[in-house]
Amino acid sequence: MTEDLKIGRLSRRDLLRLGLAGGAASLLSACGWKGGKLGRSAFAAAADLNDWVGERLWLSSSRLAPTYELAERTPEGSFPAYFRSRTVPVLADPAAWALEIGGLVARPMRLTLDQIQALPLITYTVKHHCVEGWTAIGTWTGVPLSAVADLVEPLPAARFLRLDSFDVGYSNGFDLASAMHPQTILAYAYNDRPLTPQHGAPLRLYCPIKLGYKMTKYLTRIDWTAERHGGYWEDRGYPWFGGI
Amino acid sequence: MSESEPAEPAADSDPLEVAVEPAPETAPPPAAPAASVLRHRWPARVTHWANALLLLGMIGSGLQIYGAFPRFGLRGAPPLGPNPFDGYRFPVAVRLGGWLAGGLDWHFALAWPFVVTGLFYLGFLIVSGEWKSLLFRPSDLPKAWAMQLYYLRLKKEHPPQGKHNALQKAAYSFIFVLGVLSTATGFAIYKPVQLAWLTALFGGYERARYWHFLAVWLFVGFTLLHVVLVFVVDPASLRAMITGCYRGRFPSHD
Repeated sequence: MTEDLKIGRLSRRDLLRLGLAGGAASLLSACGWKGGKLGRSAFAAAADLNDWVGERLWLSSSRLAPTYELAERTPEGSFPAYFRSRTVPVLADPAAWALEIGGLVARPMRLTLDQIQALPLITYTVKHHCVEGWTAIGTWTGVPLSAVADLVEPLPAARFLRLDSFDVGYSNGFDLASAMHPQTILAYAYNDRPLTPQHGAPLRLYCPIKLGYKMTKYLTRIDWTAERHGGYWEDRGYPWFGGI
Repeated sequence: MSESEPAEPAADSDPLEVAVEPAPETAPPPAAPAASVLRHRWPARVTHWANALLLLGMIGSGLQIYGAFPRFGLRGAPPLGPNPFDGYRFPVAVRLGGWLAGGLDWHFALAWPFVVTGLFYLGFLIVSGEWKSLLFRPSDLPKAWAMQLYYLRLKKEHPPQGKHNALQKAAYSFIFVLGVLSTATGFAIYKPVQLAWLTALFGGYERARYWHFLAVWLFVGFTLLHVVLVFVVDPASLRAMITGCYRGRFPSHD
């Protein structure tokens, strides 16, 4: 009996303390506290560490993303597609479009869609991973970026790639190892048909070892670079590496 | 020394049996003198509170991330399993990071300290031998049942125990396994291609993400029960987890 009373007395005082501590913690997070200046540089350091670990420890240049059966494909209407422009980016004159390839390469070139489609193609059915957490399965067809690299002959100083688009300033920086991965392609077909404007026509990057936001759509230029280019979402705080 | 001055003639020739008085097993808790003992050493206390903060941050940022796609299963496919939070966005007070990228920042920044804390705690348990008083074994099952009956007030006497009772052992063993599983499912959805074997182990990306989310509610449930029991059953244990000193009614060693 006496013991029960003692526990009751202690619990009221301690519960009050607990309430105060819990209240302070939830207030901090409710105010959107992001950790201050020190916290932000700690985030940057942690993000750099995770990029480094992702590139140097996790990434295998030969491990392939799992492939799926055609029957497992996500219904096309359920496969999300997005762009930054106010309306779907479309070319005024598709016939005038060509991909510019340059930067630190021995033989810069300009490839039309016909020339790209004349190169040896690969096709695969893979799972698309969005940074938001959703996934969808689709078939992609295109030219391995490594085959294009063989044509333009990157210089030894080139350590990154930069991909640009005609979707209002959307671009991506890319690490060399992921770019030269056998499944990284310049895709011109989705589910066995030419890319639709929603999916990045006429040409987009597809790379099943990266998150979706790393796959530049509506391509205009690819440059091999010595400096690491950020990218549209990367510059706004999303992980640069984005490898999965 | 004691053998030189036997106060009374020993019935048995073995001096050890004379020295050891059989302890009364009937009612130790109320009669226990309130002597202060060291119940938790600093590695246990530091990792405990570090873990509490890290988990708070991991769950807050995790709920932020969840809001970007508050469903489970492939796009266009039916939901994977029951989810009371289907399509739900958690209130800002329990989210951390402000937006998806901020949530990811927090989540990935805290993940490494969470793993390091867990490994340090595991190392401490092994080196110190503390694991012996925490690990739930099959032989603890009947004791856990007896303890459950006591908590349900179907049994009057508090079953005898060491540092932790059998239900505590079950809870503390479970929570460690949950920590391992939440880390493993986390890696499975962080690197579903590079760690495809791990992702496959949990039934694929979508299922691994589901288990990862389920772990949140097990952590939350554990924590609520844990805190309530601290205040209801053994308030002195709160001080023991802060300073290490314990002046409560339970034994501090097995």
